[in-house]
Amino acid sequence: MAKQPAIELKNITKVFGKVVANKDINLTAYRGEILSILGENGSGKTTLMNMISGIYFPDAGQIFIDEQEAVIASPKDAFAYKIGMIHQHFKLVDVFTATENIVLGLNDGKYNLKASTARIKAISEQYGFDLDPEKKIYTMSVSEKQTVEIIKVLYRGADILILDEPTAVLTPQETDKLFQILRRMRDDGKCIIIITHKLHEVLSLSDRVAVLRKGEYVGTVNTAETSESELTEMMVGKKISLNIQRDDPIDPKDRLMVKGITCVDRMGATVLDDISFTARSGEILGIAGIAGSGQRELLESIAGLQHLSAGEVLYQDPKTGEIENLRDKTPMQVRNMGVRLSFVPEDRLGMGLVGNMDIVDNMMLRSYSKGHSAFLERKAPKNLANQIIDDLEVVTPSAATPVRRLSGGNVQKVLVGREISASPTVLMVAYPVRGLDINSSYMIYNLLNEQKAKGVAVVFVGEDLDVLIELCDRIMVIGSGKITGMVDGRTATKEEIGLLMTKNTNEKEENHG
Amino acid sequence: MAKVVTKSAREPMFHVAKRDDLPWWQAWGIRVITILISFLLVGLLCVVVTGQSFGESFEMMYSGVFGRLFQGHTTMLWKYLQEIAILLSLALALTPAFKMKFWNCGAEGQALMGGLASIICMIELGDKLSYPVLLAVIAVTSIIAGAIWGVIPAIFKAFFNTNETLFTLMMNYIATQIIAYYVYIKGGGSNVINPVEAGNFPSVAGNDYFVNIVVVTVITVLMYIYLKYSKQGYEIAVVGESQNTARYIGVNVKKVIIRTMIISGALCGVTGMLLVAGKDHSININSVGGQGFTAILMSWLGQFNPFIMVIMTAIVVFLRLGVAKVADTALLNSSFSEIMVGIVILMLVGCEFFIHYTIKFKQKKGVVA
Repeated sequence: MAKQPAIELKNITKVFGKVVANKDINLTAYRGEILSILGENGSGKTTLMNMISGIYFPDAGQIFIDEQEAVIASPKDAFAYKIGMIHQHFKLVDVFTATENIVLGLNDGKYNLKASTARIKAISEQYGFDLDPEKKIYTMSVSEKQTVEIIKVLYRGADILILDEPTAVLTPQETDKLFQILRRMRDDGKCIIIITHKLHEVLSLSDRVAVLRKGEYVGTVNTAETSESELTEMMVGKKISLNIQRDDPIDPKDRLMVKGITCVDRMGATVLDDISFTARSGEILGIAGIAGSGQRELLESIAGLQHLSAGEVLYQDPKTGEIENLRDKTPMQVRNMGVRLSFVPEDRLGMGLVGNMDIVDNMMLRSYSKGHSAFLERKAPKNLANQIIDDLEVVTPSAATPVRRLSGGNVQKVLVGREISASPTVLMVAYPVRGLDINSSYMIYNLLNEQKAKGVAVVFVGEDLDVLIELCDRIMVIGSGKITGMVDGRTATKEEIGLLMTKNTNEKEENHG
Repeated sequence: MAKVVTKSAREPMFHVAKRDDLPWWQAWGIRVITILISFLLVGLLCVVVTGQSFGESFEMMYSGVFGRLFQGHTTMLWKYLQEIAILLSLALALTPAFKMKFWNCGAEGQALMGGLASIICMIELGDKLSYPVLLAVIAVTSIIAGAIWGVIPAIFKAFFNTNETLFTLMMNYIATQIIAYYVYIKGGGSNVINPVEAGNFPSVAGNDYFVNIVVVTVITVLMYIYLKYSKQGYEIAVVGESQNTARYIGVNVKKVIIRTMIISGALCGVTGMLLVAGKDHSININSVGGQGFTAILMSWLGQFNPFIMVIMTAIVVFLRLGVAKVADTALLNSSFSEIMVGIVILMLVGCEFFIHYTIKFKQKKGVVA
């Protein structure tokens, strides 16, 4: 059977200010296939898909659907062309049921929830979704919410589906399940476009891969005829080694002892439940878990940003061997005690840095209060800024450029550079390579390894299990605010960690049932 | 089969796109051109309303502001500078709060309370204290009164996260009513308090406004230094940009909010003192006359930079005085001048859109067969 093109892009260009997000993109996706769009962050994948789904309008070029020129000026137009996009961030009403969310905004003249529920059930059965249409969104797991989003576009009759980084929030098991469903849809003749930067997913799922680099279209290859290294080379533009180095810890000593900490959020929900672990010097301790399982709260508790309702955070001074309790101390007090604790938070521009300030002023964040003068001292921060720009190859017009204008990778280099410059004894990093290109990611891994070699206790919260397994000495898994397991990074498997990630939630459901 | 939509009907005529940051001289070019256009517009409106010629209108405006300056009469010039000083000092007072993203809309009330403290001292202590001591007492009480009026909403914001915009606005009404009550008592049932002789600022070289102008000049310079070079100024900027970052580095956000509003309120109190002791020697509910709100715009248009605020207030006060003269001659009331000032400010705010965005019109596309 000859392949029938579902959607064709011809010379699509989109410019934001001086930034060319997409330049002369030519791309064809056929019915009955899964096409991966692969590219690093900032390569223009999402912009391109947003033009297909009517969120942006191309500055130049044409889109053909079923070999007819199409004008997609709004999401409504996209819907008329049977294009459905599943965004990375879900757009659902929390207090509505799945069915209510699915029919929301549909103007087909009738509102019959029973009939709709029946249709949703039929769709679920056809493709193998596991969804209770009567369930309310706020009681759902991330993967269930994603299912609602997918059924929503299917319900509207979409036969071109675009999924933006669908596996970013899923466990390995959930990912497998999603892939099975996507394959079933492909076999049903739908055209599936999936945006991703994870190579192994591309290889296991898609039929063809289109690669973008810096807004330009590099080429399309058949998945069966390609390899991980070829795709990386297309993506980055040069050959790159994908191995992360891992040395054995040298003389590990207990540095940070967390004992039974419990943390309750403003709504009264327990976000950390009796967490105990020890971080040792010269070692990278990984923390794995589904997004929102308490990772952020855990690091913030140690950094003195969360109020603990129980437990202790003990720190052993490497020189004197004295043990100090950091509980209920503010970050300023912790620093004044001589505890060199550095923290690279998940929210870089909203917490670690100030986007509108320049690099120099951002360097001062940690050190401005030093000394008794009422005035600021900008000389040392300026030197530090220039040093970090040189050492970490930060791409910036100058040290006086506001950090919000830097690219994601450079922002992270500035933040990590500042935190490392304080010569920490404990370094906590949360999702340090999220949104970074491959080169910057490896630079960050190397910096962490350097710190490890210096005898720093590194705590690494990550989402990519492949990286955690390659980089960390030990991996602690948390689920719903509890420790569900501690594994050795050298022997653990992805599946094992994946099961531990969902252990708590499964148990809970069983108890409720 | 997809619905076929005709192309010309569906493609938007134009779309708005964000532009890259303009170089500073281009951005200022846009602003200067906007000011020129808005002045031309004001002149045109004067022509339409008064029937004078274009040149006459501007001549009138000039004489309304500078008077017969070149004949050696500086009275009007000093009055102009004095008016700038009052508006500028309110704008300066608001700036630290705004930089912290604390929307202090209560300059009016805070200044009135400062003024109230001044007039009470002048009336009650005028014959009891020596002149220098009296001046010191006036200064201290005005500052404290303004600071109290400013810190109340700050405390509620810091501890209960109340909305500071509404809170400060409501505080204005309370202040106004307190003034009305005081005037009622002291004015013996009339709406005026006769000018008080004691505790007036000294006139320097025969000039009554000299002290006011010097005080505001000093505050301008100090505010610039405070915001740019002091640790407290840095903390204000960090809290304003991101409270999370402030927490992350260990800044006590509540303390900064309260401290900054004490400063903001205190400076408003100083303005109240300048109005009462340095200018009117009396008080009524319209003493600040809405300048507390104009000052909000001045602070914004000045981009929180005290020196740019000087230019902005100079332009606005020029228009206010100048057009008032035009209106006066044409037997129009003062609303005309306020309308013109409003138009110019609106245009200045509007031009920021063109600095940050550009409009792209529909392009012609080559047809691919």
